[in-house]
Amino acid sequence: MAVPILKQGQYLIATIQDALTDADLQQLRDGLVAQVGRHRSRGVIVDITALDVMDSFAVRTVRDIAHMTRLRGAETVIVGMQPEVALSVVQLGLTLEGVHAALDLEEGLAFLDKKANAVRGGRPGG
Amino acid sequence: MRNTESHEPVASTRPAEGRPRSHRRPDESRHGPGAASTGGLLRELVTHLRHNRNQLRDEWAKRIMEARLLTAMSQDEIVAEATSVYDNYLDAVQTGTLEALQAYARSLSERIIPRGVEIDEVVGIVLLLRDVLARSLFAKYRADVEVLNRVLDAYEPAANRIAITVAVGFVQERERVIREQQEAIRELSTPVLPVRERLLILPIIGLIDRQRARQLTEQLLCAIRTNRARVVVMDITGVPAMDSNVANHLVQTVEASRLLGATVIVTGLSPEIAQTLVTIGVDLRTMNTVGDLQGGIEEAERLLGLEVVPVIEAKPQT
Amino acid sequence: MGERQRAAESAGGFAVSRRSGRLSPDLTQEESISVRSDVDIVVARRRGRELAASLGFGPTDQTLIATAISELTRNIVLYAERGQVVLKALVGQGGKRGIMVVARDHGPGISNVEQALQSGFSTSGGLGLGLPGVRRLTDEFDIASEVGRGTTVTVKKWNR
Repeated sequence: MAVPILKQGQYLIATIQDALTDADLQQLRDGLVAQVGRHRSRGVIVDITALDVMDSFAVRTVRDIAHMTRLRGAETVIVGMQPEVALSVVQLGLTLEGVHAALDLEEGLAFLDKKANAVRGGRPGG
Repeated sequence: MRNTESHEPVASTRPAEGRPRSHRRPDESRHGPGAASTGGLLRELVTHLRHNRNQLRDEWAKRIMEARLLTAMSQDEIVAEATSVYDNYLDAVQTGTLEALQAYARSLSERIIPRGVEIDEVVGIVLLLRDVLARSLFAKYRADVEVLNRVLDAYEPAANRIAITVAVGFVQERERVIREQQEAIRELSTPVLPVRERLLILPIIGLIDRQRARQLTEQLLCAIRTNRARVVVMDITGVPAMDSNVANHLVQTVEASRLLGATVIVTGLSPEIAQTLVTIGVDLRTMNTVGDLQGGIEEAERLLGLEVVPVIEAKPQT
Repeated sequence: MGERQRAAESAGGFAVSRRSGRLSPDLTQEESISVRSDVDIVVARRRGRELAASLGFGPTDQTLIATAISELTRNIVLYAERGQVVLKALVGQGGKRGIMVVARDHGPGISNVEQALQSGFSTSGGLGLGLPGVRRLTDEFDIASEVGRGTTVTVKKWNR
């Protein structure tokens, strides 16, 4: 697989190293969905620190990842978006609605932990 | 032997007594017994210049246009300003005090600087006025060279002081405008302030155009990354108005910040700008807005407080 | 030197480096990338970013240009299967530098160009052409399309 997916406890972390082709992105999406199911992961982190361009296809794929993994009980967080990339995404008119974003891996994990705790705390007798 | 020993003003039409003198005696005319008559002389030439005001002003305006000065202004405007300048000029010549002229020079500069008038034009027109008036005095007093000399003795220093005063006034006004602009630029380019951990404050002041908006966004995003900020309070109290393009940019900035993991709280949203946002299709409920900066900071701290302490409820014992 | 400079200036006002006598960077350069699959999307945008960088565009503009190229190239792949992307350096008034991207295909063409220019990306993920978005990223935008003949999109971006 082009993008390695690491398992860290209840979370999956996919770090994108370089520019991905459309096929690579689709492979990543399918891979994450499959692994979330297999491991019953609670969270997915997609690290896009190395991504220097995010066009409509990439955005759509990330939205798909968030959507499909949520259906299997996992929250997705993208981390490490470069400022220039963020600017081009919003200027292009693309929204990453429904996709959480955090500054970096550390923040992303903190976010997922908070979410997990909140869920745990709110569940009576859980 | 001096021509006049009395303190009466010298009338130009009186033929010179005795032989006409061709050399000047500046000391005597300024500090000697003739000094008082210099004052009188001054009054006389001012009266003459006032009397011929319209004609001389028009002559001056004509020269201004021939010299292609004040091209930024229309003929009517030039005549109107020329009239004011003329009157102020003569007041200054007569009274010898420059405060009124300084004030006028500054106010004139304030009017013409935005019109694109440059310092060389200002000096040019003042010197042209000086010339026009001098020529008029030459014409009037040329019969008696000694009187003419004394007239010029009275007139020239005054005229030179006036030229300098006007030029300096213009330059000072220019410098004031530049300082104001620099201040505005500084304020606009300042500001991302790391207030406490994870919190940035971005006070925006003045009118923003597209380029400045883009610059602000870039600065903010970089600051979010550098300071690892989770919350940004963007205060637009100091922004009087915003067109839909800039408003769009504001929305984009909020969204781009979110993509870097930071929540933006917008404070100081005026009713007009709120309306602009609604017009471009923004649902203000989706935007995190608070009335003023203080409230925004409190909200930010609340958000950050929530982040730090996860909500873990104790399970009720059954 | 004089003759050469005159010839260069009549060709569009390039500034000739007095030291070497050569134009620098090579502003006459024109690069053509053949587009056949999604792999070429990455190639096109990488080359675009490199050209933009050599022309002095800042990092943000480089990303905007690369993103626009990515969108245009993808349209070729998705709808025409093959085409080409031409990258060219521009010199404008007052010596300002710019980049031109021409995305050309001989695909089915766009039946309703007006509509394509109106509709942006839909949140449902519909496959819009994203042309309004590309327009927002660039300074000048032009499109020519004929059903059955193909589409050519030309965009330019100037360095401030």
